[in-house]
Order: sequence, then structure tokens, then C-alpha cells
Amino acid sequence: MTDDELIWRIAGGSGDGIDSTSQNFAKALMRSGLDIFTHRHYPSRIRGGHTYVEIRAAGHEVQSRGDGYNFLLALGDSFARNPKEEAVYGDEEIKPLSENLDELREGGVIVYDSGLLEDDDVAELNLEERAEENDWHVFPIDLRGMAKEHGREVMRNTAGVGVTAALLEMDLDHIEDLMTDAMSGDVLEANLSILRDAYEMAQAEYEFEHDVRAPSGEHDEEQVLVSGSNAIAYGAIDEGCRFIAGYPMTPWTDVFTIMTQNLPKMGGISEQVEDEIAAAALAVGASHAGVKAMSGSSGGGFALMSEPLGLAEMTETPLVLVESMRAGPSTGMPTKPEQADLEHVLYTSQGDSQRVVFAPGNIEEAYDQTRMAFHIAYEYQIPAILIYDQKLSGENKNVDESFFDREPNPTLGSTLTEEELQEAAHEASGKFMRFQSDPDETENGVSPRSLPGQKGGRYLASGNEHWPSGHIAEDPDNRVLQMDRRTRKLDSIREELDEEHDSQQTYFGDESADLGIITWGSQQGTVEEAVERLNDAGHAVKGIGVSDMMPFPDAELTEFLESVDEALVVEMNASAQFRGLLQKELGRFGPKLTSMLKYNGNPFEPGEIVEGFQIRLGGDSAEPTAQVRFEPAAGD
Amino acid sequence: MSAFNAIGEEREIDRDEFTPGNEPQPTWCPGCGDFGVLKALKQALPEVGRNPEEVLTVTGIGCSGKLNSYLDSYGFHTIHGRSLPVARAAKLANPELEVVAAGGDGDGYGIGGNHFIHTARENHDMTYIVFNNEVFGLTKGQTSPTSPKGHKSKTQPSGSAKTPIRPLSQSLNAGAGYIARTAAVNPNQAKEIIKEAIEYDGFAHIDFLTQCPTWNKDAKQYVPYVDIQDSDDYDHDIHDRTEASQMMFETENKLYEGEVLTGRYYVDDESPSYQQEKQAIGEMPDEPLVERYFDDDYEWERSYDLLDRHK
Ligand SMILES: Cc1ncc(C[n+]2csc(CCOP(=O)(O)OP(=O)(O)O)c2C)c(N)n1
Ligand code: SF4
Ligand SMILES: [Mg+2]
Repeated sequence: MTDDELIWRIAGGSGDGIDSTSQNFAKALMRSGLDIFTHRHYPSRIRGGHTYVEIRAAGHEVQSRGDGYNFLLALGDSFARNPKEEAVYGDEEIKPLSENLDELREGGVIVYDSGLLEDDDVAELNLEERAEENDWHVFPIDLRGMAKEHGREVMRNTAGVGVTAALLEMDLDHIEDLMTDAMSGDVLEANLSILRDAYEMAQAEYEFEHDVRAPSGEHDEEQVLVSGSNAIAYGAIDEGCRFIAGYPMTPWTDVFTIMTQNLPKMGGISEQVEDEIAAAALAVGASHAGVKAMSGSSGGGFALMSEPLGLAEMTETPLVLVESMRAGPSTGMPTKPEQADLEHVLYTSQGDSQRVVFAPGNIEEAYDQTRMAFHIAYEYQIPAILIYDQKLSGENKNVDESFFDREPNPTLGSTLTEEELQEAAHEASGKFMRFQSDPDETENGVSPRSLPGQKGGRYLASGNEHWPSGHIAEDPDNRVLQMDRRTRKLDSIREELDEEHDSQQTYFGDESADLGIITWGSQQGTVEEAVERLNDAGHAVKGIGVSDMMPFPDAELTEFLESVDEALVVEMNASAQFRGLLQKELGRFGPKLTSMLKYNGNPFEPGEIVEGFQIRLGGDSAEPTAQVRFEPAAGD
Repeated sequence: MSAFNAIGEEREIDRDEFTPGNEPQPTWCPGCGDFGVLKALKQALPEVGRNPEEVLTVTGIGCSGKLNSYLDSYGFHTIHGRSLPVARAAKLANPELEVVAAGGDGDGYGIGGNHFIHTARENHDMTYIVFNNEVFGLTKGQTSPTSPKGHKSKTQPSGSAKTPIRPLSQSLNAGAGYIARTAAVNPNQAKEIIKEAIEYDGFAHIDFLTQCPTWNKDAKQYVPYVDIQDSDDYDHDIHDRTEASQMMFETENKLYEGEVLTGRYYVDDESPSYQQEKQAIGEMPDEPLVERYFDDDYEWERSYDLLDRHK
């Protein structure tokens, strides 16, 4: 925990406009020169239910949501007010103020809407006493009343932002600019005046005894605030993906929506279809015909994609899928992150799996690895899957605008043109030898493809095992040749990743340390921050965030694990799936590994990892205060 | 300049062009109705001026799914029940392709039934041939969605308690633009219907009665059959939904009474195809999307130009 940062939590009811308000406030902080990281927590329903967004802002780079928060704007849940619904909503109205109040840091600020939260309910929280104890500064303000005065109750968000800005001693310029961009006419006028009134009221009415202020910072260049879902969609667009098919499911819907809003404007095609079996099958069909295509889903929908995924493997149809994990099993907790679909994504579908799986560790990696997934998929004619989760999907971070200033890469990879087809091998019958099996002809495992409509390229693509011409075959020798060739592609991909590109694994911490922390996917930033703190506190720790799930980066992980005496493996699931993969792929190191597992629906906070490290590797014998579980590896 | 020069190629098409030069020979049982579909399709395609490399046949799994193993064209033998979603995406990606999807009654009306309804509703411009032999052929004769009530098989030893699906009525309700039934035992009609289906601008569904002498012994060979367009007993207006619906209902009932009615049931000459609808709302390019990947002059859009909203 650092004090030169703001972690502002805006809490209210689902449907209260928390998302747009927080998005604008985050941009205002970014424009003032700060680095931003946001965290979104929401229940799986449209109206009512406690939801919050946290914006962490600092004058230095921020990689995670941080620990707790130091400024709470509790709007109260306006949709929990119907007395007849009491049985359903219970004490939800007060939740924006009451929930996780313990996580408010010492010296923190609370602004709550006294126009919405009942005095009796607030009294029950013992707020005064707790404020005294923790040096909290509480500001009960009738935001609802202020909003009503200006016409519309929903504008109490704006009043809250005005009060926040005043208490943080921020200028209103950026906030006003952003409002002007987003609204117009009477709505804009009303919002601007309520913002000013609230700002001036707070300045005039209160003595500022609190220490929390907006930090200051400066950027060298223009910043953009993007989410993991934006990054994935933008990576796909820059690789020339112009076809997406899908069926809505949280949290994958974000990527689907962003693509759907952009593709038609670019002459691309988006299809919302009857189910996820169809979605994946459409992506296969479009790719087979020669368009760069993708589909995706979350756990349950991805399960339906199993069979088309296997079809893409067998017919060697390039395909990119994204799997946005949420807490399972079954419908699980739809809006909560978890990393429990790893094994599902690696192995689902019949037969030996022949696919590529990347787990990006942050927003920049989400973009880069999406591009890499398309490159690999089309070059090697193989499905490539991006596995991420609700956390990475919804979190926003500032990125240099120039990061996206890249060349597009629309090439179709190992696809022949009609001229090339004339030179290519054909059967006596005239059929193109689409699936050559001779190892001398297909050293890296790839046999180039033709596209329907091309002259001289006709062949049969079949999910059955097949001869080089594509015809169905059960001949044992051909079978082994074809299996070996397809499997060889994974070795070639590993080789290319190792030799021709920067590693997709991220290393951090003290290179010479004997203790390590390993994580994968979206927890990377949090672990990075924990490692930094541990090193600052005098420990020597190194860390790695792994992205290549298949083919597995054996050499890199072997080197890492040989260099440490012990390592903590941090992941968000109950059965230590990544650690299992590590042991399966490397076949040793079991005694060095301890898992730290969290599966309560909330991602790790850096402090929890610091604590976990101190307990397991740092010689501390205390019980963890966080809701986590430790588990030694098999062979320990 | 197109990168797909087989499409629309101006040349004489030989009537044997769709017959593979050598192996593989069909592995269907002697007397199987599937031969009839293959033959009719091989004849129909050259007659409507299509050449093998502008045709993409997409099949499901079953005896019927082997259709494109024995037809010389671009082919995609997919998975059980999923020929339609694969086929319709290929058509969206390259609308100039002639796309023909095919599969069994189990494949299309059972496991793939949801795709059938939705592809018909969307009215994709393609042809869909269902080999209706009223059983699961490939898996050895189990009851299928079109097996008559009471049909006995190893999985329904006491006879099916289920009323069979009404494929024609279902197709009409779902929104198919062209609906016909033909039979393997009537090759001339079959060929003509396939030609009409291919030329039709929308989703053309053919319920193709294909006898399975191996597993459906007690079932008819679909003879004698009646062509409702040639018969004096019937004269419904194929452009009239209500009359088509009545005619379909009667045809479906009669089949189980041993009378085989075939012919054209419904032709919608007015509704636009899905591609046309999608282009009209600006969600599909006018040029085939695939061509762009071969156009060196195309200026590919970049995410960099979408960043204003993130500042
Ligand atoms: C998902 C799946 N389930 C089951 C099967 C096994 N299977 C293959 S074909 C078939 C039924 C074939 O019947 P039909 O579709 O009517 O085709 P026919 O053989 O009669 O032409 C079944 C059940 C399969 N291949 N895939
Ligand atoms: S089992 Fe029936 S459908 Fe299959 S090939 Fe033999 S006769 Fe034809
Ligand atoms: Mg059948």
C-alpha cells in the first residue's frame, strides 16, 4: 500500500449509471497526468444489487486494483427502495456504504448520499465509532436532493463527482470537458450546473481535515484508457479479422459487442447466431472460405464449441477463439472472475488436442497475443485460443496511444494463390493435395491450403482421417503420417515462439532471488506488484507471469524453476490447474511448488499475495487473513 | 481482378465433370437411395452451368454425408448436424460460391434441427438437401425423427411412441423460400428440382426421400409416387402460403398411409435473401469479403483510428 495514490470507489445499485460515471472520472484523472487501473464488481442482474467500480490513480505505473481503497462515494442503491421488494432486496440499500467497509484504509474519506440512505440504517453501522477508530472522514451529503433540485434524480452521480473533486482538490476542467463530449443540450447544462454547485458547496461547507488528495503526475505522451476486451478486439482488427460469430454470454459479450460495433463499418461481418455450436461452426466455415474469422464464449458456451473446435483441428482450418472465464461449475457466478477453465480449454473435444492456447497477463499482452494467435492460426492452420477472464475483460488501464500505432497484418498465412496452385502437387484425378503427409515436403508440419472458388484447388476437407487429397482413409500408415504431421506443427510453433519473437512470458522482481512466485493470465499485474513490495521490504523474490499454455514454454519454466529453491504458484481456482500443467509438462519440480488458490469470486489483491508469501516461503507461521487455500504439490 | 477464377468461368461444362476421375467408389449398399441424389446432383450442376471449382458442398455425418466424397467439387465433410452453420458462413464470406449443404434426416431434423430452423428463417441463398430415409443409416438403423410412429428398431424395440417430424411444414413455418420433396426413385424430377433449388435466390430446402433397403426393409421403396404438379388430383398454388401449408400437411400424412406425394410445395418469389437483407442495412460488403485478402491496394483499417473514444 502506498500513500501517494488514490483508490476511489463509487458504489451503488446496478443500473445507477456507475459504469459511465466512473469511466469519465477515470479519464479525467488520466488526462490530469495520472496512471489508471480500474476494477469492476457487479452482481448478475440488471437492476438492483450492489455494484462498484474502483479507480486506482497514481503518479507512477499501476498494475493492479491495489489493496482496499481510500475514498468511498456511496450512492445508495436506488433500485432497492421499493418497500414491497424488501424480502428480495433485504439490506441491499445500505450495502454501497456498508459492504467491505473494513477495506477502507486508515484516514480514508466517506461521502454518502444522506438523501437516499436512511438514518436508521446508517446508525446501525456504528459509523461514528468506526470513523473515530480508523481516522475516517465522513461526509453525509444529500446528493439526491441536490440532483432533484436540478431536475433529475439520476444526476446524483454527477453531484457525487462534484463533491469528490472538491474534497480531492481537483480542477473541474477535465471532468467538464468529458461531460461536454458525452452529452448535449439541456442534459449537459443541468449536469454542468449540478457539478459546479456540488463542488462549490463542498468547498464552502466543509473544513478539510483529511489527507487524501488527488495525486499529481505527468505523461510524456497522449494516453488512452482501454479494457482487456478492447485490446483483444483491436488486436483482431489489426490482424485483418473481419468475421465474428457469437452468442451472448458474460463476460465474453464485451469482445463480441466491440467487434460487432466496428466490423460492419469496415466492411466486415458479425453474426449473432442460434447457439455456440453454430457460432464456432460459422467461424470454421468463414475461415475455410478464406476470411480471417473468430468466435468465442465463456465456460458454458465454450463447452458447446468442443466439437467444431475438434473439426478445425482435424481439417486444419485456421481459427481463433476466445474464452472469457467466469466462476463455475455450470452457471456458477456469471459476473465473477475465476481461472478454472484452463484444463477445459486445453483438452476439450475428442482426440489428442492440437491447438494453441495463450493466456495474456495484462491489457498490452491481450492485444499482442491476440495478434500472435491470428498469426499462428493462419500460418499453421490450427485453432488458437485466448483464455482470459472477467477480471482482464472489464478492467481499464491507460496505455500510450502510440502503442496501437502498428501496421495491420491481413495475410492469410499458408494459403496458396491460383498461380501457386498451378505449380502445386495434384492427384491423377485432378484433386489438389491439400494434406500432404510426406515429412520431407512438410517439415514444419504445414501443408498449404487452397480456397473454394480457386482454379485448380478443389479438395475435400473432412473431419474423418484422410488421404493427402482429403478423402476419408483408415490406412494405418497414412494415419500415423498425418497425426505426426499435425502434431509436428506444435513443435514448429514452439520453435518459432522461442526463436523469432520476444518471449510472451513476463519476468519481474530480483533476478538473483532464490524464491519465486509463478502465476498465469490475469493475475500477473497483481503478483508483479506483490513481488515489488516484497523486495522493497527486504525479501529477495523473483516472479514470472506465464502466457503460453500450449505449446508450453518448457525451456523457460525449467530455467526459472532451476534457479529457485521454492516457488509459490498463484492462481484463481480450487484445483491448482496451472500447477498441474507445469508438473505434467516438466515432469519434476513438485517438491519446490506450493499453490496459493483463491476461488471466492474476487481476484487477488497484492497484499494477499505478500501475506501468502510470508506464510509459505517467508517463515511466517500465521494463518492467512484472506480467503485463500494453500496446497503442496504432488510429490512434496 | 478476382482471385477466384473458377467462379463464373465462361466455358462448356462437361456432363461428367462432377464425376471423380478415379477412386473412391461409393460404399453405399446396393439399392440405396443415396445413389439417386448423387446422380441427380451430378446431372443438375452442369445443366445450370456450374463447374466443380465454384461449387462448395458441405455435408454432415451419416451415409448421406458421404455425398461429397463421390462428387468432384470443393467439399467440406463436417460433423453430425452442423453442415448448415459451416455452409452459411462460407456463403457469407464468399457469396459467389454455389453452396450446397446436405445430410441425413437425423443430421438435419434431429441433432441439427436448431440450425435448420434458423438457417431457413434467415433465408440464406443456398440449397439444402436432406436425405430422408426415415432411419439412422450409418449407425445401423435406429429410429430417426422421421421414422413413423410405431417404427421398431434396436433402440425402440416396442415401436416408436413419437409422432414423426413434419419436415415440409416445419420448413415453411421456419421461413424457407423454396420447399420441395422428391424421391430417389424419380431421377428426372429430382434433377429438375435440384436445378430450380440452385437457381433460387434464397434458402431452398429439398426433402429427398432415399430408400434404405438395409435398415428400413418394411418401409416402401417410395413407389409408386405421385408428382403433385402432374396429377389432376392436386393443383395447389405454390406461391400461396396457406395452400402450400395444406398441401404439405396432407403429403406428410399420406406418406405414413403409403402414398408418396412429391413435387414443388412452396416458392416465395418476393422475399429477399439474407445476404440482400444484410447488405441493405449496411452489415455486409457488396464485394465478396474474401477478395479483399488478395487485393494489394486495399487500405486495411486500423484500431489506431478508433482511439478517440478512449481519450
Ligand atoms: C455428435 C454425434 N453423435 C452421434 C454420432 C453418431 N452418428 C453418426 S451418423 C448418425 C445418424 C445418421 O443418421 P442420418 O443423419 O439420418 O443419416 P443417414 O446415415 O441415414 O444418411 C449418428 C447418430 C456422431 N457422429 N456424432
Ligand atoms: S445403410 Fe441404408 S442409407 Fe446407408 S448406405 Fe446402406 S442402404 Fe444406404
Ligand atoms: Mg437417415
